[in-house]
Formats: sequence, structure tokens, C-alpha cells
Amino acid sequence: MYEKNGRKYFVVDGHVHFWDASPENQANKYGEGFINCFYDYHRNLSPEEYVWPLKKFQKYSEEEFMHDLFEIGYVDKAIFQPTYLRDFYTKGFNTTEDNGALVRKHPDKLITNGAFDPRNGEEGLAPFEALVKEWGLKGVKLYTAEWFGASKGWKLNEYWSYRYLEKCEELGVKNIHVHKGPTIWPLNRDAFDVHDVDHAASHFPELNFIIEHCGLPRLEDFCWIATQEPNVFGGLAVVMPFIHSRPKYFGQVVGELLYWIGEDRVTFASDYAIWRPDWLVEKFVDFQIPEDMQSELGTISDDQKAKILGLNLARLYDIEVPAEMQVKETEEQAIGSDPVSVA
Amino acid sequence: MTTVAEVLDALEGVRDPELDQTLVELGFVTDVAVDGPSVAVRLRLPTYFCAPNFAYLMVADARRVVESLDGVEEARIALEDHFTAEEINEAVGRDAGFAEAFPGEAQAELDDLRVLFQRKALTARQARLCDALLAAGRAEEELATLRLRELPPGADADRCRQLRRELGLGADGEDPAFVTGDGIPLAGPDLPRFLRFSRLVARSLEGNAGLCRGLLETRYDLKEPEEVAR
Repeated sequence: MYEKNGRKYFVVDGHVHFWDASPENQANKYGEGFINCFYDYHRNLSPEEYVWPLKKFQKYSEEEFMHDLFEIGYVDKAIFQPTYLRDFYTKGFNTTEDNGALVRKHPDKLITNGAFDPRNGEEGLAPFEALVKEWGLKGVKLYTAEWFGASKGWKLNEYWSYRYLEKCEELGVKNIHVHKGPTIWPLNRDAFDVHDVDHAASHFPELNFIIEHCGLPRLEDFCWIATQEPNVFGGLAVVMPFIHSRPKYFGQVVGELLYWIGEDRVTFASDYAIWRPDWLVEKFVDFQIPEDMQSELGTISDDQKAKILGLNLARLYDIEVPAEMQVKETEEQAIGSDPVSVA
Repeated sequence: MTTVAEVLDALEGVRDPELDQTLVELGFVTDVAVDGPSVAVRLRLPTYFCAPNFAYLMVADARRVVESLDGVEEARIALEDHFTAEEINEAVGRDAGFAEAFPGEAQAELDDLRVLFQRKALTARQARLCDALLAAGRAEEELATLRLRELPPGADADRCRQLRRELGLGADGEDPAFVTGDGIPLAGPDLPRFLRFSRLVARSLEGNAGLCRGLLETRYDLKEPEEVAR
């Protein structure tokens, strides 16, 4: 919970990691390159005083994780988004099991999602079901740029993807977090393209598709599909830290999101340990769309911030929110989502 | 003999297709060496994991423009610090296509990808031009009636004409000033939506370019983006 000017905000961090990228766990140059890439994002977009040494960034302790999120980070609930990367890291980068072990110790604070890989085909369905049951999963994190043998990625609108999504529907795994990366099959296509999510979202209207990073670097494609599919959401991981390093751009992105998809479908996330939630939450509650953009992009209200910081994810994950931190519902619609005017 | 400056001028014609900015201005060119008819260019990117298809296009385009210079017989382009550098350098070096560089992983060459991003670039440039015209006092309804020759002169207008030629869309002075990515002239009733979405595309591209510059600076510990001395 974060309190400012007498108002209390319930905070759900929708994208956190407890990873091991230490040299001992790096399987090859790709594992080293991957964490270095994360580290450059961390160094480039964090305020200087929040930058960690590389060694700590590669592997941090459970105490540090719990402290940064729940003691100083204002987070009420955090959701693990496991990222396996077994081709890069011997024991995986962070798996459902790694995360689940922490959830069992702190069930009031943590939720873990799972993952599936459609390239496991028929053989993978039963183990996926077992994973869902063992950890009580309500969501999955799908990384479409995950390597798998000779394949460098996959798409959501394919036969086996649909089979696994059907399984999700059947098992009550209703939150599908989609994370795009630099590779895909076939490699000649734009790997960051989110149009496959468009197809899957219309095919599975009962599932929620939370597109991580709001589709960055394809914000325009994300907004476009989100206007058409009411079950597509935008997760703010990676978008949030721009609030510090490039506030004007952050204002543009938030303004665009509110315009195209509205306040009910945008969700807060730190992407810990790339960024820490404390400064992100503090700055977000103080944030306003810059004045010179307001005539076009409008402003953001405290109620909208409260929804984005926690209430929207609380709704998706059935998390109980104290009455004093709720927002009275309004009928307001995002302007850009008016289906009639879509060109 | 070809000079380093001539090579750099030629490289000014090569863009990061995703960002619509030149490799030189983005700081991706780290070295140019001329040895008689043989030219060696070193390239770097903001991250180890930048998408391989865009990386391939930049390396292949760089080779093409340098080899087309008078007096150049061989251009060796070396992409460095990238997870597919070896595959790309090797394939481009022997004039092999993208599908050959990544056997079994690609279904086609990168023409569709290039077109997709040329369209985005055109949309973004048009958004800036529309805003410049509106700021100069033009009424919104007028935008749909303007001709290409009436665009405010400058880099955006030049690039718009170039992109339209590359995309095979009309680029004559009398052609409509503003078109959709597939060349349909802008019609009055579509204008508000067109403007709104085009601005989003422009912001997206500018945002990505800003992030890429920042990551490059961090990765290579640059205070200011460096340029190769001419």
C-alpha cells in the first residue's frame, strides 16, 4: 500500500522475477548476453542511486527480493512471470518451481504464474495440467522468443498454441501474459508483432491477454489490436521506468494508452529486479501528463492511477482489496476503443 | 582511391529499417578502413539481442552501398557483439540471402518486413508534417486536399517522397500529399482518426529510437553518441 495526500493505493506488481543469472548458471554466451542486455536496460533507465553492481544483478537473495518489494516497495501482491530460458541457463532463468517455492513461504504476498510451450505438442499437455494443479495457477507467462532446439520462437495463432489455450480455459487459467522477444519462427517475420494475440484473443474471449511491455517496441500495433479486443490488456513492465529517464515519452505512452484502451486495461509492473517498485510507485502517483500534451492526450486522475497500480490486476486475479482503497466504478469508455470509428 | 568520407557518405544512405534513421547518425558505425579497392566497415548495435532480421538488412544494405562506390572492389562488413554476428557476416560476405544465413529458421527473404517498416516510417513522417502544417495555421480539413509539392520543405518531406518511390506509391508533385501506408489518398472524413493513429506511430518510432540510443550509450559507455571522424 502506498499513501499520498491522504489517499491509499493498493499496489499489485504484475511482473516480478526471482532469477539466477550467475555465471555458474549461465549455460553459454547467450546466457551471459541475455543478462547483460537486461543490465543495460537497468543501468540506462534507473535513477543512478538505484543501480546495482552486476554481480548482485545476476543473483540476489530472497531477503533482498522480499525487502525491496514488500518492506520498502509498497507492494501488496506480486505476480511472478516465470521465464525458463533453458537454452541459456542450466537450471533455467526462473521457473514456476523456483517461484512456487517462494509462494509457499509467503502465500499472502506472492502469486506465481506458470508457462507452456506449444512446441511440446501432445506430450506436453499432461505435464502442463499437472503444473497448473500443483501450483494452483491462474495465469501463464508466454515468451514467444524462447528457443527450443532449432526453433527460435513461436506464435499464438497456431494449432498447438490453441490446444494449450483450450487447456487453460478448461483449467481456469484465465490470465495469459504474452511477452514478445527478438526472435520468432519464421525468422523473416517481425518478432515483436502482436497480431497473433489479436487472433487468439478473439478466439478465446473468456481469457484475458495481458501483453507485456504494452507491446513495446510495437506500441502502435498493441493499441490497434487492444481497441478491437476487449480482453486485451497492457502490462506496464519496461514502460514504467521511462517515468524517470524520459518523462515526456512516458507521458505520451500513458496518454495514448488511456486514449486507445482506457484505464481499466492497463496494469502496473516493475519487472523486478530490472527496476524496483518503490521509486516507480512514488513517481507514478506524483505523475501528470505534461501540460503541453494535455489538450491532445488529456490528464490522468488519482482514480485512474489507483486502477492501474493495483485494482485492475486485483480484478483479474481475484485479489481482495480493502474497501477504502477501491474506486467507485464509472461508465467511461476509452475514446479510441469506439468500434464504429475504427478506420 | 575511395576515401573514408566517401564511404561514410554512402553509409548515410543506409537506415535502421525499424527506426528510419541512418546507421551513421545512430552511432552504429564504429570504424571504416580503406585499403586500396578493399573497404572494411565495423558495425555495432544497442544490444546483443537486437532482432536478427533487421540486423541482417543493415549489414547487407551497408555492403551494397559501399560496393557500389567507384573504385571499391570488395566491402567487408563486420557486425560485432551480436548473438548472430557470425551467421550474418558470413552470409552477407558471400552474398547469401537471409534464409541461407539462417537455414531452417526462415521461410522467405526480408522484402515484406522492409515494406512493413517503410510504411510505418511514411506514416510517422506524415504525422510530423501534418502537425507542422497545422502549427503553421492550416486548417485540418485542408490536409486532405494538399499536393505533395505543397509539403513544407525539409528532411521529413524529402524522406516521404523517397519512401513513396521505394514503396511504388506516387511521388509526383501533383500526387496527394498524404496517403495511407498502402497508398490510398487521405479522405477528409478519415482525417481525425488518421492523424491520431499516425501520431501514435511517430511517437512509437521516436520512442524506440530514443531507447536504442540510450542503450547504445550505456552498452559502450558513451557520453555523447560518437561519430566516426571523416
